[in-house]
Amino acid sequence: MSVKQFEGKFEFLEHTADVYVRAYGDSMQEAYENAALAMFETITKTGKVGQKEEEIITVEAEDQYALLYSWLEALLVNSETKGMLYSKFQITDWTETAESFKITAHVWGEKFQSKKHPQKVAVKAVTYHRMVVMREKEGKVVLEFILDI
Amino acid sequence: MSEDEGRPAPEHVPLEKVTDYLWKIPQYKADMRVPGMIFANQNLLEKMQTDRTLWQCANVAQLPGIYKYAITLPDGHEGYGFPIGGVAATDHNEGVISPGGVGYDINCGVRLLTSNLTEQNIRPHLPALAEAIFHNVPSGLGSRRKDLTISNSDLDRLTVDGVNFLIERGLGWKEDAEHCEEQGCMINANPDMVSNTAKSRGLTQIGTLGSGNHFLEIQKVDKIFNAKTAKTFGITHEGQITVMIHCGSRGYGHQVCSDYLRVMEHAIQKYKISVPDRELACAPGTSLEAHNYYQAMACAVNYAFANRHAIMHWVRQSFQQVLKQDPEKLCLKLVYDVAHNIAKIEDHKIGNETKKVWVHRKGATRAFPPGHPDVPADYRSEGQPVLIPGSMGTSSWVLVGSQKAMDLTFGSTAHGAGRMMSRSAAKRKYWGGEIKTGLEKRGITVRAASPMVLAEEADPAYKNVDTVADVSDQVGIATKVARLVPLSVVKG
Repeated sequence: MSVKQFEGKFEFLEHTADVYVRAYGDSMQEAYENAALAMFETITKTGKVGQKEEEIITVEAEDQYALLYSWLEALLVNSETKGMLYSKFQITDWTETAESFKITAHVWGEKFQSKKHPQKVAVKAVTYHRMVVMREKEGKVVLEFILDI
Repeated sequence: MSEDEGRPAPEHVPLEKVTDYLWKIPQYKADMRVPGMIFANQNLLEKMQTDRTLWQCANVAQLPGIYKYAITLPDGHEGYGFPIGGVAATDHNEGVISPGGVGYDINCGVRLLTSNLTEQNIRPHLPALAEAIFHNVPSGLGSRRKDLTISNSDLDRLTVDGVNFLIERGLGWKEDAEHCEEQGCMINANPDMVSNTAKSRGLTQIGTLGSGNHFLEIQKVDKIFNAKTAKTFGITHEGQITVMIHCGSRGYGHQVCSDYLRVMEHAIQKYKISVPDRELACAPGTSLEAHNYYQAMACAVNYAFANRHAIMHWVRQSFQQVLKQDPEKLCLKLVYDVAHNIAKIEDHKIGNETKKVWVHRKGATRAFPPGHPDVPADYRSEGQPVLIPGSMGTSSWVLVGSQKAMDLTFGSTAHGAGRMMSRSAAKRKYWGGEIKTGLEKRGITVRAASPMVLAEEADPAYKNVDTVADVSDQVGIATKVARLVPLSVVKG
């Protein structure tokens, strides 16, 4: 399902049971930001989510797959435990060494309000299933992953 | 985007027909320690061949210490690491335990209540009942009961004591615990093995239905296939009203799985275990990692039992509010509560020997036979009730476990319908309002937090649950007792 509004950012691919996302970016940072947007577009309409509160999220992992997993999971956990929805994401720091990856992000959103934010489906977990991290020509990046719902 | 439901497996998976309901994946690659065994008819099998189900079954056959064969049940479809509808038993000492063999929604399961009501006397009250349940049982995003707030230490006790924690506080009846798998409380639970992240996710979600395929239905008994067993389970006549609750361990269990998947990723390096898929990460049964996961998993199992128990209590209250009668008078008795995603230590016969094994059931229902000590005393003459929910608007099934299941499937059978259409395809094909009207035309009232979920959960998006029950019955791993049909559906 391609949603015009998000063209060039992400699309939802076909998967029998769950939500299969392909996110794009001109850089890894941008692809991560779009991946996060896709996850919250699965949960609600991000266009309806104001950017009233700002949070800083730091994630560290041992490889690029674990990093993508941890990034999305950190957002999911924050969303559930704080009752927040997010609609804007900015990766402000990206540090890569041979052993580890570390990112810092600023994210914006607001508290979930049932009258304002349409409910789609709750995401249970991020998975490694069919996960793809692909660097293409001219630095373009494609990410694919499945959300368990 | 094509209508193709997922991409086929990365390699061709060979199959040998054994009977009309049994297909074998031979050990076609060196890493397979045992064959794969698929319990399905031709039609269900063909559906499995359109995604990665069979390939995943062959991957599970590579787990160290696996006994006999990797099993895929009639409702099998592609999962993460394991297929959904999968069973694998590994040696308790020489084998491994894998969180992927349980899944993210630990102890996602089903609870069934009977009553002394009939369709005739409940029909006029259905809209009010659905409304009361929708109001009393939190569902959808961020919803919760304001009167069930628990502290961190309460949460730890709940995950150790399971349903007993709630029964002691006046939610539910004392005898309810007897009619749950593990008596609603798995021993070995140790909250010290659960992360604070999992606990904080669990704290706000206890007693909530969630969304997606989870539901609560007021049903009626449509047809009884085995009157003697049905009667023992409290199912006495066609038209009798039942209530089915389908949900799991919410964010608590999801986080336990996720946390231990990471632990196991390190474990496979530490113990030099090679697995064909990252989601099959595992640890030797005797390792500290396995021990810790099992204790954390047991907490999530108990969380889910308690979750369904709290919801059941509010269902009983809803009946009381609307019908102005005590739930005891309405005989709103718990038939059984059964897990669909779980790992257990069980004894099974391997050849002539009885072995202690880790049984992984991922989208599979335990189906223990008559006489088994783990079957509740009042059901022991018949066997364990097996509850198989259908998709929205279709029938659900009560089956009974059998010796055949012990012989063939490590005491297991199918758990549901199994999807066959992607959520996006379902949304393109249907819209929520149309599905709701269609159900209402058939006399089924619907309340849902999200209309989009209605379209995604449209019943043509699922395999026919009746066919799944047929295969189980024909093979004899769990046989038919009664078919239930919905009168009212509440969804998250």
